[in-house]
Amino acid sequence: MLAQGFAIGISGWEFTTLESIFGPMDERQYGLGYGALFVSASFLFALTQGIAARGAVNGDVFVVSAIGLVVAVVAAFVFFPVLQILTSALRDNEGVYSLAVFLTKFSSHKIWGLGCLSVNVSCGAAWNSLFLAALVGAGTTFLGLAFALVATRSGWKYRRLLRALTVLPIITPPFVIGLAIILLFGLSGVITTFFADLLGVTPTRWVYGLPGILIAQMLAYTPIAFLVLIGVVEGISPSMEEAAQTLRADNWKTFTTVSLPLMRPGLANAFLLGFIESMADFGNPLVLGGNFDVLSTEIFFAIVGAQNDQGMAAVLAIVLLSFTLSAFFLQRKWLGRKTYTTVTGKGDSGVPAILPRRVRYPVFSITLGWTAMTLVIYFMILFGGFVEIWGLDHTLTFKHYITAFSISFTEEGILWTGSAWNSFWTTITIAMTAAPLTAMVGLLTAYLLVRQVFTGKQVFEFGTMLSFAIPGTVIGVSYIIAFNVPPFELTGTAVILVICFVFRNMPVGVRAGIAAMSQLDKSLDEASLTLGANSWYTLRKVVLPLLRPAIIAALVYSFVRAMTAISAVIFLVSAEHNMATAYIIGRVENNDYGLAIAYSTVLIFVMLTAVVTFQLVVGERKLGRRVERGQAESVIKQGEPA
Amino acid sequence: MSIKSNAATVAFENVSKIYGGSVVAVDEVSFKIEAGMLVTLLGPSGCGKTTTLRMIAGLDMATNGRIHIGDEDVTKLPATDRDVSMVFQSYALFPHMTVGENVAYGLNVSGMNKSEAGDRAEDGLKLVGLTGYGDRLPSEMSGGQQQRVAVARALVLEPQVLLFDEPLSNLDAKLRRQVREEIREIQTNLGLTVVYVTHDQEEALAVSDRIIVMKNAGIAQEGTPRELYEEPANLFVADFIGDANVVTAEIRSIDGDWANVLVGNAEARLPSRGMKPGKAQVAIRPESFQISDSNIPGSIEAEVVKATYLGSHIEYTLDSAVGELFVVEPDISNPVGIGSTISVRLRDHGIALVE
Repeated sequence: MLAQGFAIGISGWEFTTLESIFGPMDERQYGLGYGALFVSASFLFALTQGIAARGAVNGDVFVVSAIGLVVAVVAAFVFFPVLQILTSALRDNEGVYSLAVFLTKFSSHKIWGLGCLSVNVSCGAAWNSLFLAALVGAGTTFLGLAFALVATRSGWKYRRLLRALTVLPIITPPFVIGLAIILLFGLSGVITTFFADLLGVTPTRWVYGLPGILIAQMLAYTPIAFLVLIGVVEGISPSMEEAAQTLRADNWKTFTTVSLPLMRPGLANAFLLGFIESMADFGNPLVLGGNFDVLSTEIFFAIVGAQNDQGMAAVLAIVLLSFTLSAFFLQRKWLGRKTYTTVTGKGDSGVPAILPRRVRYPVFSITLGWTAMTLVIYFMILFGGFVEIWGLDHTLTFKHYITAFSISFTEEGILWTGSAWNSFWTTITIAMTAAPLTAMVGLLTAYLLVRQVFTGKQVFEFGTMLSFAIPGTVIGVSYIIAFNVPPFELTGTAVILVICFVFRNMPVGVRAGIAAMSQLDKSLDEASLTLGANSWYTLRKVVLPLLRPAIIAALVYSFVRAMTAISAVIFLVSAEHNMATAYIIGRVENNDYGLAIAYSTVLIFVMLTAVVTFQLVVGERKLGRRVERGQAESVIKQGEPA
Repeated sequence: MSIKSNAATVAFENVSKIYGGSVVAVDEVSFKIEAGMLVTLLGPSGCGKTTTLRMIAGLDMATNGRIHIGDEDVTKLPATDRDVSMVFQSYALFPHMTVGENVAYGLNVSGMNKSEAGDRAEDGLKLVGLTGYGDRLPSEMSGGQQQRVAVARALVLEPQVLLFDEPLSNLDAKLRRQVREEIREIQTNLGLTVVYVTHDQEEALAVSDRIIVMKNAGIAQEGTPRELYEEPANLFVADFIGDANVVTAEIRSIDGDWANVLVGNAEARLPSRGMKPGKAQVAIRPESFQISDSNIPGSIEAEVVKATYLGSHIEYTLDSAVGELFVVEPDISNPVGIGSTISVRLRDHGIALVE
């Protein structure tokens, strides 16, 4: 493709003009095929050749082409669908544009109703979502801070083990916590029945609704806040605190007047992350929601329910999108300027201050309590898959595993007879296809952002990070709306799933790349350039080899995220290409908890293996570069599609 | 030794570099560097010297003006396509390649076959005294050795111009002296054109054929080390290179290219530099004073305020009619006590009228 682009590039100018004349014609065609993809790619690179020839970015053809490529794909698969949502919200069911319809739908009682404040009816989904997200944001930040303080400032012997918790949200499909909560607190849950028997009251469905979702999301997202805040707490230079102490401040004063204020931006960051995650969460509200409607599930029901109202879904998606985008904006605008991280290149040999006693004890008890609860939850997940029927018959059984994952050996070979195999292999294949693509697009973008200077770079950066703030449900709906009709007819194919994962997870790759690349001195690139290498050669021979750990990280995480995703996927799966998570949700809706839990356990172990392997490989780094190189290569090969 | 020189001239014609539409890093700078010369860009931080160097390298592109290397106009040419190599402040050795691979990198890029590139790299390492270190990783070498690898890597390409960006700033004081002498030696032996950036005036005086002193995005003065030290054109250069006493004096008469100047009661005959009779400023080097404790007519009368014994010389701070004077006296056998009144005469070098 690239070669073709360059071949045409010799007469690049004519093609560029041609494209501007004939380009719009594409819109009238039926679905674009590979030929069209090929042609438009050629046009794109011909265009970038032309721009480079005019002297943009020092006339560097590779860089201009790369920028063009990233802009084109982000425009096609992030901005185009979102735009489609905006327009479709303005249309009624017959496809006629109408502002009135939009306004009616927008001001619907279901979204903005405030009935719950006075009477005993449920509030609008928007208020529910906001309220829930704020609670989850505050809760996870508080718990995350407690964990971070214990992990970094307590001197507790086993504090390193706490870090293992940060792996959990990465490997856990989002709704699994919700399932475990049902097993514990549901109508026939262990704890519910225990207390019901003890107090002699009838078990209730109290956990369905706000309490259940809140607990599930706090459990799911506290590790994320923890991960963010570890960095923040460690980033505070001990010499700041030592300075305060030499100025006669005691531990408590130092903590309240120096340490905490320095953490403030980090705390706000953790809060906003928790807020966005909660808003975007689909799995837990779906499983535990009851009558408590939130935006993400309402979008789903607007499409799959009896109403099948795409316009309504679009309106809800816009409301949800505006909430998450505001939080995202706030995070970037406000926090971008105020980073108090005091880590410098200079050696800082100070010792962090010990926590004051009145902080230490509460923090310890909270952390231990919450850790215990997390362990119980994960034990339930493990245990739940081996039980006949939860709440009624607690006999241990392999029944669910056999149903899902049975294998028969016949003369023709192995027969994958279990009901879950189909979706399992689809998931693995799609995740493995998406992972290298995600890593490629992500790292290329990171390279352009960190290493190149060009006009419109800020807009470019914002655009590429935007998909982080778009909730999965919104992506799902927008992909259905955008790619169901020509020129892109992709719904129901595996391609749309792969594309969806690549652009959902792209920010992960970009972040990993940016973090790693910022550590590489720019003079390395410049040295290579002054030695006569072009930027493509430099990227291959200097930058990429030094980025190996980041590449592996991007591969593993995009693989894992593709396996655990549910919110966008549930709109895009088809009978032919079913994903594991969608299959599990289907089982849950049929109250087949045993199978769902068993399948989830298998997923968790598959991903745990992937993550642990990765950790081991990167951990080897200190032993010597030679050894690491060989291993890194073998891992990358495993990550590639068969 | 198979490494030779392709030394070429470097010429700037009214070159400017403007960042973000408003920040002027280099303003209408013109100069010409002769082939085979070592020229230093000297100045305080933020004066535009590094930007100038990066524009020679092609890492930054000139906003206006023209840049020539040899006979070629390279203004629009990116770094990759210029026949220039650079030694970075941080050395920028590729940490994942061995020393040999680092040195051969540029040769491989330009399409030389592996074994030939290996031989040339070995030659380069020999030139900087690191024969046999080719299989080491940069992280296994000391700072001074890394620095030499960086020099070898730049040298083996036989560039038209070799650039150094503050190459000694990461070395300790002793090593700095040694490495700068080695750089100078290689440059003279091979006859390379070298452009060297530093903010250390002593280093600049020690290594350069010519020095371009930069200030506020422009050139303050250009000349040989001796010219700059003994005849600084302006206050900035006088103050930046070495120590200078700047005092007010009177130009009594102009006699062709010469001016008769009266500093206090002391007379001096200095290049007039197109100045008119009247009040003027004079820069006097601390060692251009001659002091004696007897009262001599035609000298400046002063009182000793401070005297510091430094082994090789004595530093005096004097209070005189023309203001405070800082004097370096090499004669340590006849110290003058604090509070005593002395006569100060002017020697016939290291004094200049400045703007």
